[in-house]
Amino acid sequence: MLTPERDQLAENITKWIDQYGGNRSALLPTLQEIQKRHGRVTEYAMQVVADKLSIHPVEVYGVITFYAFLDTKYKGRFIIRLCRTISCDMAGKSRVARQLENDLGIKFGESTADGRFTLEWANCLGLCDHGPALLVNSQVFTHVTPEKVHDIIESCRKAFGAHTLQKEEVHIA
Amino acid sequence: MSETYTAPLTFSKVKAGKGLEAALELDRAGVINEITASGLKGRGGAGFPTGVKWNLAAAAKDPVKYVVCNADEGEPGTFKDRVILTDHADLVFEGMTICAYAIGAKKGILYLRGEYTYLQDHIEGILRKRREAKLLGKNAGGKKGFEFNIEVRMGSGAYICGEETALIESLEGQRGEPRNRPPFPVNTGFLGHPTVPNNVETFAWAATIMSKGSEWFKKIGTDKSAGLKIFSVSGDCKQPGVYEFPLGITIKELLKAVGGLDAKAVQVGGASGSCVPAREFNRKIAFEDVATGGSIIVFGPQRDMLKVAENFMEFFHDESCGQCTPCREGNGKILEGIHMLQQGKCSMHYLRELCALGETMQLASKCGLGQTSPNAFLSIVKNFPDEIMGRAGAAQE
Ligand SMILES: Cc1cc2nc3c(=O)[nH]c(=O)nc-3n(C[C@H](O)[C@H](O)[C@H](O)COP(=O)(O)O)c2cc1C
Ligand code: SF4
Repeated sequence: MLTPERDQLAENITKWIDQYGGNRSALLPTLQEIQKRHGRVTEYAMQVVADKLSIHPVEVYGVITFYAFLDTKYKGRFIIRLCRTISCDMAGKSRVARQLENDLGIKFGESTADGRFTLEWANCLGLCDHGPALLVNSQVFTHVTPEKVHDIIESCRKAFGAHTLQKEEVHIA
Repeated sequence: MSETYTAPLTFSKVKAGKGLEAALELDRAGVINEITASGLKGRGGAGFPTGVKWNLAAAAKDPVKYVVCNADEGEPGTFKDRVILTDHADLVFEGMTICAYAIGAKKGILYLRGEYTYLQDHIEGILRKRREAKLLGKNAGGKKGFEFNIEVRMGSGAYICGEETALIESLEGQRGEPRNRPPFPVNTGFLGHPTVPNNVETFAWAATIMSKGSEWFKKIGTDKSAGLKIFSVSGDCKQPGVYEFPLGITIKELLKAVGGLDAKAVQVGGASGSCVPAREFNRKIAFEDVATGGSIIVFGPQRDMLKVAENFMEFFHDESCGQCTPCREGNGKILEGIHMLQQGKCSMHYLRELCALGETMQLASKCGLGQTSPNAFLSIVKNFPDEIMGRAGAAQE
């Protein structure tokens, strides 16, 4: 990672921790901000957070690994999470799953080589009356059919082209 | 996304602000008396009397107290809090404000599950309006000396954080691992201070009760289960969606309303609830009979109940926090057993052992997750034995 980027990240972390109260309770919202802006929480970020909160970086690591929506490893720009719980299952999630795998060319738990997509299972999304349901990042798609999968992926690709240059979404390694 | 209702919810007929106004005219004990008299019990699943909880927190001696709204809604088949927060968030905040006044809290936190991030802006917008209208902040609602603020905190994809002590751990910046209870949050909650955690719907009813009176609420429902309840209905029925019924409604009446009368079983209370077979559809949905936080999943005649059990156990195996052995190991063992049953490779002796393991988990697990996760499996074994034993394995099919 380049030094100016690191400095920027450290500056942001200080800002977020202060904004969320400046103590240990600020940890989760701060990690969520890092995840949102940078796509994952790097070792460097963990170290900075730990220093600011005067805790051991392992504490930070322990928290990150507990939560499904926080990652230490890099994931795709679009994280597609298909609900696998009972009502979406009964509504036909398996066929949607297969189509997602086919159209993206990856299996669940994998990311595409171009870094655009990650495919994951989610537990109950609370959209049981509109299944099969999935999230693309925080956006909701309901009544998904195998046919609609292509459109969903295409709309992501279009958004990706338009947004790549937005500074706050740049991934830093 | 369009929402489906039987009829407009009572919440949409409640005049905004009326409940808070009525509460602020009473003293703190008066508010707690009113909530207690209504018979309101927690809508998040456990059904603890709300008035008693508020009273315990009010009685705790500490200048710092918290009100926490549990919007972590993760129980499979539950989505009513999503709808309430979409359409009636104002009423939920009104209920939190009434609670804060009653117990003497200055700060409230709404813990919203990460999966509902798309609702965050909407909810923050409503909070902003309440601040502008001086319903929050110093002298909130025009009551001199009453100060209250609400903040939204997000979850990050962990079902267990819906358990109240895990939720508090999460708010404190820890892994969401449940604590031993007692001490209960009303004494030792967020940052060690007395804290009232209530479900989204509970707060909305509290505001409604202050507006319409405890008598009105108490008259609806049964003796032990007063009032109306919002249900999340999904699965094999014609009209899935959000419904409002009085507690004490029979499963059959409910199925009729949602177009699911041909069901062979209904899961009441989500994955951690119970699976009720058709011959018991005359049972009541109420705290004293079949209890629920609102999740109703309908299984049509063609459903493979073992597959249902598999789906539930996969959920619990994945969501167990791993802190205690019965739950961490038990869910995996039962899931393995289900796979053996599916392949037709499970002896009766081993099935009995699995059931005994399930009973041990119910007794020995630290929190509600492990104490209830075997429920569905056990009731499916009990009620659908002929679907489970002697199945042709994949190889023979
Ligand atoms: C594993 C587990 C998950 C829970 N998830 C939720 C939840 O998502 N929402 C909720 O309101 N209560 C949930 N609860 C119940 C809470 O611990 C707590 O009883 C409830 O928030 C109290 O509010 P109430 O009295 O208004 O129902 C859960 C409990 C357990 C054991
Ligand atoms: S019962 Fe399960 S979820 Fe609860 S504390 Fe034990 S391991 Fe964690």
